[in-house]
Amino acid sequence: MSTNTRSTDEAKPLTSHPRAHNKGTSSTTTSEEGLIQWNELMPQDNPIPYIRVKDFSFFYGPKQAIFDVNMDMGKNRITALIGPSGCGKSTLLRNINRMNDLVENVRHKGDITIDDDSIYDPSIEIISLRKRIGMVFQKSNPFATSIYENVIFALRVAGRNNRKELDEVVERSLRGAALWDEVKDRLHSSAMGLSGGQMQRLCIARAIANRPDVLLMDEPCAALDPIATVKIEELMLELKKEFTIVIVTHNMQQAGRCSDYTAFMYLGKLMEFGTTQQIFTNPKVKKTEEYVAGKMG
Amino acid sequence: MSKNPEIKAVGTAFQSGSRAGENFVWLTSMGLAIGLTLVTSLLALILWEGLTVFWPQRVAVFQLVDGSTAGIAGKTTLAGEVVDYRTKVNHVIGKAFEQEYQLFVGNKDTYGFNFKFVDANAIKSKEYLNDYIVAERLENGRLIGVPVAIAMKDGSTIPANSPEFAHKLEEMVTGYNAQRAKILRIEKYRIGDINYEMEGLRLQEKGVRRRAAGDKAKEEAGLAPIREREAQLKKEYEVLAAEAKALRDGLVGNNLVLRLAGGEEYRQPIGAMLEFYYPNQLGFFGKVSMFFHRMWNFVSQDPREANTEGGIFPAIFGTFVMTLLMSVAVTPFGVIAAVYLREYAKQGVVVQLVRISVNNLAGVPSIVYGVFGLGFFVYFVGGNIDHWFFYESLPTPTVGTGGIMWAALTLSLLTLPVVIVATEEALAAVSRGTREAALACGASKWQTIQRVVLPSAAPGILTGLILAMARGAGEVAPLMLVGVVKLAPSLPLDTTFPFIHPERKFMHLGFHIYDLGFQSPDAEAAKPMVFATTLLLITLVVVLNLGAIMIRNHLRKKYAAGTF
Ligand SMILES: Nc1ncnc2c1ncn2[C@@H]1O[C@H](COP(=O)(O)OP(=O)(O)O)[C@@H](O)[C@H]1O
Ligand SMILES: [Mg+2]
Repeated sequence: MSTNTRSTDEAKPLTSHPRAHNKGTSSTTTSEEGLIQWNELMPQDNPIPYIRVKDFSFFYGPKQAIFDVNMDMGKNRITALIGPSGCGKSTLLRNINRMNDLVENVRHKGDITIDDDSIYDPSIEIISLRKRIGMVFQKSNPFATSIYENVIFALRVAGRNNRKELDEVVERSLRGAALWDEVKDRLHSSAMGLSGGQMQRLCIARAIANRPDVLLMDEPCAALDPIATVKIEELMLELKKEFTIVIVTHNMQQAGRCSDYTAFMYLGKLMEFGTTQQIFTNPKVKKTEEYVAGKMG
Repeated sequence: MSKNPEIKAVGTAFQSGSRAGENFVWLTSMGLAIGLTLVTSLLALILWEGLTVFWPQRVAVFQLVDGSTAGIAGKTTLAGEVVDYRTKVNHVIGKAFEQEYQLFVGNKDTYGFNFKFVDANAIKSKEYLNDYIVAERLENGRLIGVPVAIAMKDGSTIPANSPEFAHKLEEMVTGYNAQRAKILRIEKYRIGDINYEMEGLRLQEKGVRRRAAGDKAKEEAGLAPIREREAQLKKEYEVLAAEAKALRDGLVGNNLVLRLAGGEEYRQPIGAMLEFYYPNQLGFFGKVSMFFHRMWNFVSQDPREANTEGGIFPAIFGTFVMTLLMSVAVTPFGVIAAVYLREYAKQGVVVQLVRISVNNLAGVPSIVYGVFGLGFFVYFVGGNIDHWFFYESLPTPTVGTGGIMWAALTLSLLTLPVVIVATEEALAAVSRGTREAALACGASKWQTIQRVVLPSAAPGILTGLILAMARGAGEVAPLMLVGVVKLAPSLPLDTTFPFIHPERKFMHLGFHIYDLGFQSPDAEAAKPMVFATTLLLITLVVVLNLGAIMIRNHLRKKYAAGTF
């Protein structure tokens, strides 16, 4: 256990922020399941940590779903969360934009910061927090209006109704989501007429319309066919130039193909976190190895 | 088929319901069959009875056996439309069943009745004579007889056998109808407007007197312009009244002379005839065109003769407007209540109790809503409005009496549970994913509800509204307390300022049915009207529902859930 703690200590030089979460991890992992932080494996292009999860635990009523997770997600990088079903990936992801606050009887311990601002800072409104964070869900959920109105929804609710601005946003976002060419002639027809893959890209366009800093994606390709999946993956590589992306995926190849860092979670705990290459080729923890090799799932 | 039952059983294991253990298929299908049979036979009855009313019947002329007393006033000839041929109801036990005819003999003013039952035994012969005429007239129902001549005002006559007779009669009837329409326009609208203004002046006068409080000079000063206008109106009125009187006088004088079946002579003022036809000369197409003509008259005309004759346009209009007003009132109420219950209220015992109470409200007898409407809307709300805004006209109530608005509000209370329940269901059906998508875009809870949840729930809400309309349009009992009347002098929408009159009493198809069937002096004569009115009420509900269903389908298409 102590080695793990030390390994996070060594992360200090990587960031100018003093880190509080290096002491007292309550993890009960055995030595072979040691917790390894990405910091020591950081490649040379080490980015600035943008989203920092600090000693974070989360409870659904009496049930604890996340156990003392510490994790830094780099700016303009894609961080993939992998792990077997029910291990808390979605829970962690949905906490970043406080989506889980909607569930009754939940509580958390620890903190999450985005660009050094705590998301739980009482002076920050939850709505303005969500405006900084775009989210794409597993099941594409476009609104039953036109494609145009779908894209500008975030602007509409923010009270921005300038026609010219909206037109620009629609074009930029749809281009950003690689959908523009397919729908530019029918912007005002219903979004319900799109194919599954197009709908999901429309949801991405909607999520990035308000120019957030962070894009959260919860299994965005789970319901898509392989061709649509490839499109979205290519899109993510494009999008990371602008956004910090956190993606939950069940698809090992996908994580391998497009993420820069991968975190493996198991039973609510962060087991291993490192560059994607390291996690897939040289996992330090046995559970990770088993999972990546498809022996567990 | 195999004779071996076991082989058969194996062979049909997948087809045979009972073999497969699906015995309840039969139960459920039986239930459906019984329900459908009952409903369709009811509808078929209403449709048949309601439509045959408009089909022109031939006039049969019966010769009775000599010395029979079955005829009218001892005569042995009688004519009428055969309404029914049936086994006598009050036959003597032990004797053979006897048949009887039910005849519509018309000529109520002469005979004193419209219908006559005649023993089949008493009849010698039955024939359909071509020269019989049936005339609709302003009073005393239909006239059935053989035309003899037109007796003109100046003493000249046109005999019925002259070639120009029918043409001339038609021309006169048409001319008089136009003249009566003109009289109506003058009396109802132009004189009506004057009366309306006079009433206003009278109230102004009252106000001036009250404000002057005994100060003579002030009173005179205030009253002078009112007096002046009053005199002016009176002059206008006299001109119009004279005009109307002249037109009215022009209606009398020309008579149609007929011979009734018994040989009596009858003189019918042509000015009081609405239309006439030769029933036994009508071919099939003549009958069809007559059928539609009568149907149109029925839906487009005002009622006559204590509602037993004429059309039911005011009742259709009243029902329509009342139902629309009700929908407009109940929808926002119900939707807001449901949104609070489903989206905002903390789900728990209290909310569950509220929900149960709302559901049970649907079981409260409708008359109780009527009593509540009378006490709360009419007396309390209406009474107070009268006191504050229409003080001058008290003690005559202006809105403190039954009216179409109060009726609509009362019915909206009655139908509120339906809308609340349907809306709650519709809100619950909006997926979590959709809500989360909106929230993740930075929408507040209210924005999410308003921009995403409610539009998606709209089709479900409309389903609730459809049910509410069907329920509300057919409701009668509470209306009797809050504004429905047997005969309303004017419609709730008309050309008199301010055009919409929510305080006016109104006619309603449901009440019309009750009134015709159970309150009219001649129930037998009103029976066809009861069926026709019922048919119309059902048609109206169907039309309203189809309208709502069309809107709903449009919304469904718009908000259809995406498929992968
Ligand atoms: N709304 C909820 N209420 C209670 N428990 C929940 C809720 N959502 C998830 N959980 C529980 O939290 C754990 C983690 O779930 P989740 O984060 O959805 O897993 P993953 O996305 O990794 O499959 C699971 O055990 C799940 O049963
Ligand atoms: Mg999940």
